[in-house]
Amino acid sequence: MSMLFSANAQWVLLSTLILGMASGMIGCLAYWKRQSLMSDALSHAALPGVVIGFALIGSKNLPVMIAGAAVSALLGALLIQWIRTSSRIKEDTAMGMILSVFFGLGIMLLTIVNRTAGGNQSGLDSFIFGQAASMVRKDVTIMLFLAAVVILVVCIAFKEWKLFLFDPEFARGLGLNNRLMNSVYLAVLVLVIVIGIQAVGVILMAALLIIPSVSARYWTHSFKWMVILSAIFGGGAGMTGTLISTMGVGWPTGPFIVVASSALFVISIVFGSEKGLLIKALQLRAQKRQHVYAVMERSSAERGGGMG
Amino acid sequence: MSYTGWILLTASLVGLSCGLVGVFLILRRMAMMADAISHTVLLGIVTAFLITRELSGGHMLIGAIIAGSLTAVLVQWFHARGVQQEAAIGVVFTTLFAIGVILIATQVGNAHLDVKHALMGEITFVPWNVIELPGIGEIPEATFILLLVLSVVLIVILAFYKEWKITSFDPGLAASIGIPVVFMHYLFMSLVSVTTVAAFDAVGAIMVVAMLITPAASAYLWTDRLSVMLVLSSSFGVVSAVVGYYIAVWLDTSISGSMAFATGIVFLISFLCSPKHGLLARYVKPVTMSDS
Repeated sequence: MSMLFSANAQWVLLSTLILGMASGMIGCLAYWKRQSLMSDALSHAALPGVVIGFALIGSKNLPVMIAGAAVSALLGALLIQWIRTSSRIKEDTAMGMILSVFFGLGIMLLTIVNRTAGGNQSGLDSFIFGQAASMVRKDVTIMLFLAAVVILVVCIAFKEWKLFLFDPEFARGLGLNNRLMNSVYLAVLVLVIVIGIQAVGVILMAALLIIPSVSARYWTHSFKWMVILSAIFGGGAGMTGTLISTMGVGWPTGPFIVVASSALFVISIVFGSEKGLLIKALQLRAQKRQHVYAVMERSSAERGGGMG
Repeated sequence: MSYTGWILLTASLVGLSCGLVGVFLILRRMAMMADAISHTVLLGIVTAFLITRELSGGHMLIGAIIAGSLTAVLVQWFHARGVQQEAAIGVVFTTLFAIGVILIATQVGNAHLDVKHALMGEITFVPWNVIELPGIGEIPEATFILLLVLSVVLIVILAFYKEWKITSFDPGLAASIGIPVVFMHYLFMSLVSVTTVAAFDAVGAIMVVAMLITPAASAYLWTDRLSVMLVLSSSFGVVSAVVGYYIAVWLDTSISGSMAFATGIVFLISFLCSPKHGLLARYVKPVTMSDS
């Protein structure tokens, strides 16, 4: 617990907070593009790039590894697109293939790099499940900067995103370039995935994009509030998970962040004010009572009418 | 049998059973469901281990079936409550997987089961863990379980071949002629879970997705007949397993990773060269058609 109060730990906490916020916001875009699982495929596909980035430099250098991860995730996205459009393979099959084959390639390379000298000390393994504690000040600064860029991209073009997601035809009519928007969307999606993999790991990064946005859905119908809530949920989960994972030695950060956000999801699905189970049950009961009341009233009126 | 022989046999069995199940996975458009189940099976195995405190095949199979069905049920439940199917899958499997990893990291320690093993499999250890079978002699436990699972998969597929065909291609028709579609769905989910857990020891949680989906997708590019697709897919599975093993030996790297990579190569070849749906055929075809 004492490391909680060290300056480094506070920086790490801040970075997972911002990371959670950024991924919560991008997650809303992915949710409405119905591409939740795309983020899963892309985060797995980033692994070979991370390892190649490491192998090129020979030591852990975050910018190079992030660049490698981005290149290989983008390659994965393009391959999925290509397979889907130029053969009869469906999108989900294409995603599953890219996800597992790229991950397999990543594990192959990882084993080779780990075998050669220095690989073991590099903490490359921590990229699989995330190890926020392994981040140094420089990594945190890079993460903060990139996450801030992502958040800015969403906030500045908020109106355009809304049009692009909900009425692409109308957006085109207004002269919005959908192709450009698609490319920007893919770019921010990949960006948020690659900055998250050091803290959350390639396997569970997708959860940080999917779960907060689904939870936010249970509280509001407005897209704006959904994005805000999702950012709050994501940031809260990121911080809570990181805090818990510092309590044990060698505990991976990613799984704890995911479980924290799942706890928020369970709370949302039960107590959510829009479509939560509790509110629905109450509404159902009120309706039933009203119905019974109405039936009773009608029958008593009929009886009254018959007597008169 | 030699050490290499056992490994190749085990790997081929993985390729064979995954190839068979995979065909139905992609025909039913449930590829990502397989991804989800392959992750949640981890939770089933860990829970079974925590309860019984031993890593025995039987308990793990039961744990896996429960975890797999739980995934299918939960996804269905959330979907019925207005969560998009994709998002529901994403929420359920990441959560269950994360719980599994946390349990391993905090409860199990590095005793018998560690996170790396669960992810990558340890096919190199398979031949050491043998059991004695009456009449046959010593056989690695993982190989024996895979044989069992393969026969179950074969029996279930062959016994209800017609039903699988109809439910996969036209669920509406299947329901209207009285085939229990929902039951078949959960039966199939159990088959996927059992296959996954049997393959788990050998190739691990994520590479099993490659073995399930990729050979079947490759076969899908070569044929329009279900029976041919089943044969092709399982042969592709075996070929990738064997080729993957030799790549791994050549480069001295992770065997399961190379097997997943080899399935990718098989798919790439099919994608380029398949006579009907391949890329090359697409460029050649217009010429021959204008000739005739």
